[in-house]
Amino acid sequence: MVTVASVQVVLLRWRSNVFKAEASVCPAWSVKLLCVCVCVCVCVHRNWLAITHSLPVSRWYYENTSEWTLDYPPLFAWFELGLSQVARRFDANMLQVENLNYASPATVLFQRLSVIVTDVVFIYAARECCRCVREPKGSRDVLSRPSFVLAVLLLWNFGLLVVDHIHFQYNGFLFGFLLLSVAKHLQSQHLQGALLFAFLLNLKHIYLYVAPAYGVYLLRSYCFAQDNKDGSVRWSSFSPLRLLALGAIVTSVCALSFGPFIAMGQLPQVLSRLFPFKRGLCHAYWAPNIWALYNVLDKSLAVLGVRLKLLEEAELPPASMTGGLVQEFEHSVLPSVTPAVTLVCTLLSILPAVASIWLRPHGAQGFLRCLLLCALGCFMFGWHVHEKAILIAILPLSILAVESREDAGIFLILTTTGHYSLFPLLFTPAELPIKVVLMLMFTIFSFTALRKLHSAQGSLLHPLEVIYLLGLVAVAIACEVVFPLSPWQQRLPFLPLLVTSVYCAMGVCYAFLRLYASLLLRREEKPKQL
Amino acid sequence: MQTWSLVSICVLLAIIARWGVSLNSYSGAGKPPMFGDYEAQRHWQEVTYNLPIQEWYFNTTNNDLNYWGLDYPPLTAYHSWICAYIAKTINPEWVELHKSRGYESTQHKLFMRMTVLVADLLIYIPAVVLYCLYLTDGSSKKKVSIMFCFLLYPGLILIDYGHFQYNGVSLGFALWGILALGLGWDVLGSMAFSLALNYKQMELYHALPFFCYLLGKCIKTGLIGRGLFLLVRIGVTVLATFALCWLPFLAEPSQAMQVVRRIFPVARGLFEDKVANTWCSLNTLIKIKSILSGDSQLYLSLACTLLAVLPSCIRLLTKPTFWHFKLALVNSSLAFFLFSFQVHEKSILLAALPACLLLNDLPLMALWFLQASTFSMLPLFLKDGLLVPYIVTSLGFLFFSIYLLSALDHCSEDKLRLGAYNKLFYWLPKMDLAFIVRWKFYISIAAMVGLSIATAVLIPPPHLPDLFPVLVSTTAFLHFLGTFIHFNVVQFSEPPSRKSQKKSN
Repeated sequence: MVTVASVQVVLLRWRSNVFKAEASVCPAWSVKLLCVCVCVCVCVHRNWLAITHSLPVSRWYYENTSEWTLDYPPLFAWFELGLSQVARRFDANMLQVENLNYASPATVLFQRLSVIVTDVVFIYAARECCRCVREPKGSRDVLSRPSFVLAVLLLWNFGLLVVDHIHFQYNGFLFGFLLLSVAKHLQSQHLQGALLFAFLLNLKHIYLYVAPAYGVYLLRSYCFAQDNKDGSVRWSSFSPLRLLALGAIVTSVCALSFGPFIAMGQLPQVLSRLFPFKRGLCHAYWAPNIWALYNVLDKSLAVLGVRLKLLEEAELPPASMTGGLVQEFEHSVLPSVTPAVTLVCTLLSILPAVASIWLRPHGAQGFLRCLLLCALGCFMFGWHVHEKAILIAILPLSILAVESREDAGIFLILTTTGHYSLFPLLFTPAELPIKVVLMLMFTIFSFTALRKLHSAQGSLLHPLEVIYLLGLVAVAIACEVVFPLSPWQQRLPFLPLLVTSVYCAMGVCYAFLRLYASLLLRREEKPKQL
Repeated sequence: MQTWSLVSICVLLAIIARWGVSLNSYSGAGKPPMFGDYEAQRHWQEVTYNLPIQEWYFNTTNNDLNYWGLDYPPLTAYHSWICAYIAKTINPEWVELHKSRGYESTQHKLFMRMTVLVADLLIYIPAVVLYCLYLTDGSSKKKVSIMFCFLLYPGLILIDYGHFQYNGVSLGFALWGILALGLGWDVLGSMAFSLALNYKQMELYHALPFFCYLLGKCIKTGLIGRGLFLLVRIGVTVLATFALCWLPFLAEPSQAMQVVRRIFPVARGLFEDKVANTWCSLNTLIKIKSILSGDSQLYLSLACTLLAVLPSCIRLLTKPTFWHFKLALVNSSLAFFLFSFQVHEKSILLAALPACLLLNDLPLMALWFLQASTFSMLPLFLKDGLLVPYIVTSLGFLFFSIYLLSALDHCSEDKLRLGAYNKLFYWLPKMDLAFIVRWKFYISIAAMVGLSIATAVLIPPPHLPDLFPVLVSTTAFLHFLGTFIHFNVVQFSEPPSRKSQKKSN
């Protein structure tokens, strides 16, 4: 017994060492990226700092001096208010609302440092997730230990690094909450998980994508304390106390966040800022989802129709959809898509997943799978989806990928395509080496580490999938190297964006379908204990 | 995980570190009229592209040698010429004669940084990878760790990608030479080293160990017979390589003489700025520059340098093994740095390269010296606005090298090769030397951190404007002197491990 215990202690030390390594790596090198261009998003957050710092609360959601109005939920505004207290010591000028596009070195330094410091939440969450992973018996090389692989997959995630430390956002902080709440559910501490998720929703409402999974899972597996023998719900085991506790947690967090605005009667204004349906179906750079494919189909039908003289070119609406602007546009051949349609599509797409965990909850792992499907379903069919939203699916999928071979295959396809679709976010030549090298690094690591991890169960990818992924290299070379040098650069400046999102959309769709299949067609097996 | 994926991940990380640093400012950015090394390199492109080869090293109406005249050997000039051709196709304004002086733009910066990266990818990085895979021992994970620390050495990254120079090229050629010698390909090795010498004359710091190692090897195999044959082959290779590099300048003796005069500017004085060598440090006590004439300064430094190099070279001559070769490289380059004439603070990179080779055998000492060498260039980095990259890369390197090489776990007396000290100081009571060394390491790191912060934050008192640079250079000098003595002692003590001898052939 003693030897086993001591081995465990050594392993724990090792792991914590590994963590120290990772933890320090992540912030350390992102500092290096400090110098990377000051892009749009720095201005967004600087403006929010200024709004929350210098205006009374009642003006926060009415202020519109800058085009970057406050469109996150109130808790995030409170967070910005806290940050602005520190920002004052760096450069007080950045806290003035009128200083549009203000970016002194001290401001940029402060903003970058704030992202790096708040990343601590993410690192802690990654640590908690790694503790939920089953460790195979016997001491093995640290590099092929699932917890280590998971730590690297999470902390070195290409998308997160790019979006947070180059493009500038606070996603690491937010995903920290999401992963932490997932980890708490995996550890069966449901109330903590619910609390964290309530906080998260009030920090950024995009996480509504995965709210159905949370709601149904908590209701089904927490409020109903017991199952029948065959896994269906036992109605008599309903515990009102647990439901009350959950309700109290959620309401109190929402009250904390929205309370002042409800008291001032500003709720409609806040909600109109949070859900701007005036924006178009697709974001400026098309996210790789169904609507990207739909748009392309529409466009090609239009072109075909003109060629075959079935349509009059004059009758068509001006081709503004790849204009790179956030605006509404009309489809020319296929029916136009309204927000209501996307809502129905989204709900239909996540319904089977939600129903499945209601009928047969496969423990916390089933919940995780359902969460992924909700995230991906919303990504595929949502209104005005940003390509960054793919990270909501990629990060939790990392946990499943180190556990089973099937999921590892899906993970590889989804991450590679999803990450590649983020390439257009970084468009200056100076960023080209960084994005290519970072992406290569993450991809090489995920392929080799996951293959090693599941080496006993055969290959991870079908040859056709390999060919598809290799095609991505060709697309990358064509879009990044060949196209800028070709004469089409002038005539069709948005062609690379279109090709990128269409090619990636196929991969994301495929991963979505495979993930669905893995949830619905799963053999009845004992719920895995994580 | 397979070695290849680990290697590629490490190389990619090293590239990211390099590119991250390169997004920062460079030397002389926006500082007319002379600008800095960045402008020097750009100016060389302008000169080599527009002027005939006979005019490159001469002061003519079109070539003002006082404005960043070429003062490196021909290979540097050829490199500039190739870069200039590429620059011309992208944007002719970048290399236009006279008009392009002081040209600065983001695109041009990107181009210049890219040329450094390309040169590094072609020469330096492959040499490091091959060296670590073939000439270090241990498990493949250990090899990869060494390689990672080697590639992340902050001094070289900051000078090449921040300050702006092409040290990676000359150091890379030298490393190819070392690699070939380690693998037993002496002729190829001497050719690679000749190329290094023809890229930067500072590579002379490494020349004596190369010479002694090859000569010692020839003597060992027998000067009559195979050894002589080898010697002749090496000699012919070196001469041929030099002749090839100098071909355009050999037509007229005056041409060649002018190049030599440009390369060795003896008129510049014993030292410039605040450099962490003996003369500059001594200067705080005795004003040597005013006491001695220029010529006697030159002879004094020459004599001191030779005296300092001699022991390790003689040792290498009698024992030409690869282990002694590596040590002699450190010792010789440090001796040159500490005692020779007209040393620049960037020349410490020449001692840092062989110190990196010792990361496997003497991890603590090597990384201690490497850290001190980066620290010694702090005033330069501050001048170039590279404070943030300096902090980040130094911390990263310190962390990785201590963690990956577990430098602080392996510091028994045997591992640190301290046996010789016990013999030297037999008359003292026996002490735990490893313990002392470890504490010295902590104290010295603390001192470096403290001085770095002080230099960056505090304003010196008005009557002592150079207080911090002098303190930095003196501290660094003490480190270098200590390292120099230590590595000499190690070289003269018996190599205790079997591994290092097994590798030598």
